[in-house]
Amino acid sequence: MGREEEEEVEEAIMDGTTTSQKQDEGPCHPTPPSSHLPKPISDPPLATRPDPLSLSSSRHHRRRSSVPHVSIDSPDPTVRHGSRNESERFASSQRELADAVARLVFVGDPGSTDPRLKLPGNSVRTAKYSPLTFLPRNLFEQFHRLAYIYFLVIAILNQLPQFAVFGRGASILPLAIVLLVTAVKDAYEDWRRHRADRIENNRVSSVLDPHAAQFLSKRWKDVRVGEVLKVLADESIPCDMVLLATSDPTGVAYVQTTNLDGESNLKTRYAKQETTSRPPDEAHPVAAGLIRCERPNRNIYGFLGNMEVDGKRVSLGPSNIILRGCELKNTAWVIGVAVYTGSETKVMLNSSGAPSKRSRLETQMNRETLLLSGILIALCLVVSICNGIWMGNHKGDLEFAQFFRKRDYSDSDDKNYNYYGIGMEVFFAFLMSVIVFQIMIPISLYISMELVRLGQAFFMIGDTNLYDESSNSRFQCRALNINEDLGQIKYVFSDKTGTLTENKMEFQCATIGGIDYSGGKVASHDNGKEHSILDCADQIWKLKMSVKTDPELVMLLRSKCETEQGKRAREFFLALACCNTIVPLVVGTSDPNENLIDYQGESPDEQALVYAAASYGFVLIERTSGHIVIDVLGDRQRFSVLGLHEFDSDRKRMSVIIGCPDNTVKLFVKGADSSMFGIIEKTIDLGIIRETETNLHAYSSLGLRTLVVGVRELSRNEFEEWKHAYENASTALIGRGRLLRALATNIERDLHILGASGIEDKLQQGVPEAIESIRQAGIKVWVLTGDKQETAISIGFSCKLLTSDMAQIVINSNSRDSCKKSLQDAVARYAIISPSHGDSVTSTARAKVPLALIIDGTSLVYVLETELEEELFKVATVCDVVLCCRVAPLQKAGIVALIKNRTDDMTLAIGDGANDVSMIQMADVGIGISGQEGRQAVMASDFAMGQFRFLVPLLFVHGHWNYQRMAYMILYNFYRNSVFVFILFWYVLYTAYSLTTAITEWSSVLYSVIYTALPTIVVGILDKDLSRKTLIKYPQLYMSGQQNEKYNLRLFMLTMIDSVWQSVAIFYIPYLAYRHSTVDGSSLGDLSTLAVVILVNIHLAMDVFRWNWITHASIWGCIVATVICVIVIDSIWMLPGCWAIFHIMRTGLFWLCLLGIVVAGMLPRFIMKALTEYFMPSDIQIARELEKLQRLNATATTEIPMSTFSQP
Amino acid sequence: MNRKGDSTAGSDGAAEPRGHSKKPKYSRFTQQELPACKPILTPAIVISTFCFLTIIFVPIGFASLTASRNVVEIVYEYDVDCIPQEMQNDKLAFIQSSVTDKACTKTLIVPKNMKAPVHVYYELDNFYQNHRRYVKSRNDKQLRSKEYERETTNCAPEATTSDGSPIVPCGLIAWSLFNDTYSFAINEKVIEVNKKNIAWKSDKEHKFGSDVYPKNFQEGSLIGGAKLNASIPLSEHEDLIVWMRTAALPQFRKLYGRIETDLSANEQITVTIQNNYNTYSFEGRKKLVLSTTSWIGGKNDFLGIAYLVVGGLCLCLAMGFTALYSSKPRTLGDPSYLSWNRNPDGH
Repeated sequence: MGREEEEEVEEAIMDGTTTSQKQDEGPCHPTPPSSHLPKPISDPPLATRPDPLSLSSSRHHRRRSSVPHVSIDSPDPTVRHGSRNESERFASSQRELADAVARLVFVGDPGSTDPRLKLPGNSVRTAKYSPLTFLPRNLFEQFHRLAYIYFLVIAILNQLPQFAVFGRGASILPLAIVLLVTAVKDAYEDWRRHRADRIENNRVSSVLDPHAAQFLSKRWKDVRVGEVLKVLADESIPCDMVLLATSDPTGVAYVQTTNLDGESNLKTRYAKQETTSRPPDEAHPVAAGLIRCERPNRNIYGFLGNMEVDGKRVSLGPSNIILRGCELKNTAWVIGVAVYTGSETKVMLNSSGAPSKRSRLETQMNRETLLLSGILIALCLVVSICNGIWMGNHKGDLEFAQFFRKRDYSDSDDKNYNYYGIGMEVFFAFLMSVIVFQIMIPISLYISMELVRLGQAFFMIGDTNLYDESSNSRFQCRALNINEDLGQIKYVFSDKTGTLTENKMEFQCATIGGIDYSGGKVASHDNGKEHSILDCADQIWKLKMSVKTDPELVMLLRSKCETEQGKRAREFFLALACCNTIVPLVVGTSDPNENLIDYQGESPDEQALVYAAASYGFVLIERTSGHIVIDVLGDRQRFSVLGLHEFDSDRKRMSVIIGCPDNTVKLFVKGADSSMFGIIEKTIDLGIIRETETNLHAYSSLGLRTLVVGVRELSRNEFEEWKHAYENASTALIGRGRLLRALATNIERDLHILGASGIEDKLQQGVPEAIESIRQAGIKVWVLTGDKQETAISIGFSCKLLTSDMAQIVINSNSRDSCKKSLQDAVARYAIISPSHGDSVTSTARAKVPLALIIDGTSLVYVLETELEEELFKVATVCDVVLCCRVAPLQKAGIVALIKNRTDDMTLAIGDGANDVSMIQMADVGIGISGQEGRQAVMASDFAMGQFRFLVPLLFVHGHWNYQRMAYMILYNFYRNSVFVFILFWYVLYTAYSLTTAITEWSSVLYSVIYTALPTIVVGILDKDLSRKTLIKYPQLYMSGQQNEKYNLRLFMLTMIDSVWQSVAIFYIPYLAYRHSTVDGSSLGDLSTLAVVILVNIHLAMDVFRWNWITHASIWGCIVATVICVIVIDSIWMLPGCWAIFHIMRTGLFWLCLLGIVVAGMLPRFIMKALTEYFMPSDIQIARELEKLQRLNATATTEIPMSTFSQP
Repeated sequence: MNRKGDSTAGSDGAAEPRGHSKKPKYSRFTQQELPACKPILTPAIVISTFCFLTIIFVPIGFASLTASRNVVEIVYEYDVDCIPQEMQNDKLAFIQSSVTDKACTKTLIVPKNMKAPVHVYYELDNFYQNHRRYVKSRNDKQLRSKEYERETTNCAPEATTSDGSPIVPCGLIAWSLFNDTYSFAINEKVIEVNKKNIAWKSDKEHKFGSDVYPKNFQEGSLIGGAKLNASIPLSEHEDLIVWMRTAALPQFRKLYGRIETDLSANEQITVTIQNNYNTYSFEGRKKLVLSTTSWIGGKNDFLGIAYLVVGGLCLCLAMGFTALYSSKPRTLGDPSYLSWNRNPDGH
């Protein structure tokens, strides 16, 4: 016994901490994942479902007069909790919270609350910096980037007099500019956070003042632990509070947790019975009570504590606490005591910053940066060694050479002037050359990349095609540094429910007594209006949502004929209306005589069923803990709820015991077919069972989710027996959950089958089209779902993932060996050869049959993380489609890892629920659907959007653009800086390797930050190789990103060779032209400066795809700006180069050189471009020609967004 | 009830976003649909570009080549000639000695008519006026105004005299001022060399102060070059100003003066050179150059040839591309060239 109890405790804790993962335990579910199912089993400790039985109190008891002889009387309200929760909560209360680890909260007495701890106030702070700490912290963070350290070291090196190649200011300037721009950006972001914090902290709540004996308003930031607060309906909860009392006499409060976990339905929270009667309020300002609870933690589904009231110790669980960020709904007021405040609230502990990832392009870029460092070091070595050799050769001459003056003759003693021997000079020369050639590593690249990504994010967020009308949500860019990864995706891992489907359940059809009623084609509010609108006491009650009804079934129900079938149908809908945990809420509308019935519940399936029952005339009107009121075809009837066995994963069904108005007691059970057929009385109704099974099969192959409903009338004895056992079990101290489960299993037997329902999980708009295009783009789509195999396959067909010409490899095995066997079979049958050797053989042997792999979660258990993984990988990678059903959340991540660890291909995971979080975090790019299931997926994601179909514009359009732009920009930046460095290098060869630069130090400093920075950024943000329409029309164009076509080592080398050639043109044309002339260094330097800026800008101009006015302005503007800068620099009298530009510009030679340089420099590139574009055109090139020549975009049709996707 | 509930329940049409819609505003800019020109390299454009370049480059090439050829240039390298036979083995001693007669005479023949002005240059070779130690060894403040006379930063080792008073102009550049002199005569008749206005006007007016006078100049133990008349301000010392505009390359010319009379072909010019400047310590060479100028500067065929080569190359390319385009034509923008259409077997 003792052991058992410990297990329970253990389980409770485990559940408490792992609910987020357990939410979608596909394999355990009768029907697809948790979120659409009676949630109970999936997350027991949540205890959020309205559990009517648990609310029973004496007051309800008194009212329960309709069936007094079967009512259950219980002195202790907790006794009747049929859920496992209660037993767990009970068990946990046995566990002492050691004072050392607990937090002590004196209710209503914040002063004496836990003096040991320094508790934070309730003010929150999401801002990173304060005005004081901004500078040091921001700099510290910025210098995490290795490149900045490099530039800092060089700048410091340059301050030493021996190496002072540049002036002091000049050497610091570029780094300073880069740091400043980043700092300004950070400061702005932080200022916005400060502002948001201020607003949040100054909100007002009412707090009980024990001295004034009334609730006074107080700012949120002043709320302290231990204070008693009162929150009114529709207000936000200011901090985590333990409920003491609510406006409901039974202590129920409803909260909406959208801000916390995103779930939009109402959650039920309870105040403890012991405190509800006498809450601290105006009348009793001082409440005696001590709460012991856990230290603050991030688990929003767990809370452990107890409260001492009047000497009694009461246990507190997660259902007794309301958390900051929630909103109170449907409850007039609640009173609670603050237990966690400010930064210790669970919502704050859970707010994590956006994930930081590094894009593939940036990783590759680092490789090239290393290569560039290699080139840099090589150049420096050449210069310093040549310097050494030159000095060795001229050793004797240097004594008197006027330009060197090794010796200082000014003093009488003979000493060397600024000369330390050849060895040292070589060393100095090396360091100085590092300083001179430093911009080989492009400092501005990092900041340019950030700015470009910012711009790209701006356009992605602002794209009207990524805006979801139905949820009013824009695209969100949460991770800013992996934009370009969107252009290289090879695998898409998608969740099914809520991602491919809408997670909006709709009752489609039913089979009752073996007869299929699926003729529901007309919405009931057009046809059978009278069913959904009730007339009672001059009030019209409308259903919030209507369901299409089958006319035949409606006729059957309304005829009230006493046939077997008619009775069965009525019982079927009665079962649907009562066998659930749905709470009907009556909402007033603008018309005072009209009310709207809204069914709130945890499970969309149940909601759909109740709406369906209502549409057919069985309207659930009221639910309290002890009874429900159902309007049965216009006749309002009251049913007692005598018992409820909640859904759990072992039984995969739920049941209620209902006392009917005719004094019979009935057990209604609904559950998954697999679990229901085992408990149905097989001897009777055999034909019906068979028919039902056939219909069920038909439903599930249509992609419908099915639930079977059964009934059994309980005899008096049987009921009494059950009641007795139930009371015993409920009061059991130890192993209560187990006892209750056993009891449920015991009573749920020998059922008469009533029928089964088919619920459609509707596909989202445009999903089939989107999947088709994605597959055309060479992206492999894997769907991972918690659904059962048949449902998954049928959804696969309906969203065009599977097609009939595909060969399906189905693996669902229950053991390792059979798994292994089926994998090997598949390999043998489809002649799959591992991709490493000879794919030509593979492709011919396969004879082009597209393959689909369907594997279930149980098999995956035997495959993942064993040596079978390799086999699975082999099979899966040759398959066009992979469908994994009944997978657990962690398995989803395992499947992503299967691909990620074995290939270099980029993976993208898309999902909407908490169960997808692990997958989203594992994949290279994680996308959250901001849908029904909550915000956890969004919080963990890199990008968030409203609909699955947005993946198409996101990947094909923005991803493609982002990748192409960023790839080009990186290459261009490397090129641009290396041209400059090579020019310096060539000149150094003619200065006795003494590292003089002809180009003034200011120009070389400003070169990469001002002269040439803007056009790359503009092109990086705005240029597009192809229009949106073309990219969507030809998904195959996406493949250029997958194959790294725009950025690879070959392109890098070509660019570098080009840069060497161009630098040769820039240096040697003037060199040869001015060789025997009077030209001075500054003039030559000015010529080089202008030539290089013009050349790199023309180079960019030649690669620009689309010239709009911004591109024109930035490119030509930059050249003009450079001329102006050079003129300004040459107007400074203090600099040796003053006025040089005016002198040289007056000569014809200068202009001839400039023209010659530009033409000679660009010629090779132009020839290559003309040749490749015409004779070896890439797909993108052809598409560009298509666009241009066929006037694909010529007319103003661009404003019409992809019609195929916006219209179903 | 709540926004999400609202929008999910009920029919789609009824989903009205509460509050303000977050729908991004449409503008051509935010949707990246700014009107733009999309150039592509069609054969016509490629060929006409090459033709255009040919048309531009060949004439310019001819013009500059002609101009360069029309420049008449007399170059005389005198560094070896101007040392007496007996001193050939110890040139350094000859040049450093203060007693040797450094005058040296040579007759040059004018090859063609030279129209005035004939520029007289000296050309030094292997003299690294762009050496980092050298270019930095000056102080522009000191050169510009009297008040900064004591400003001698960067000038070491020619910053101050041994007693600490500043050298004006300080630094290695000024110290190493070129001091060979030339005089010309035709048939015993002296030809005037105009040494006015050989420096940049901007330098004279703004860079070298008219109130700055040479001081303590060339008074150290090692004489680097010319001495300056201490009674003339720096702005008048045009040789110094020319010299201090340091050359870009180790082989450079500097303007010495102008001969403002025409020289006719086959005239014999007698040049008398005072060979004072020490280039022997670093194997530097000295040349005297008499040259006319043209619009492209001095005599330099390179640019003309380069333009002709590039122009010719463009012509060849134009023809080559024409041949290529016609031998392997491709319809631009033909979807059948797309890789997935070309190769339906898959990828």
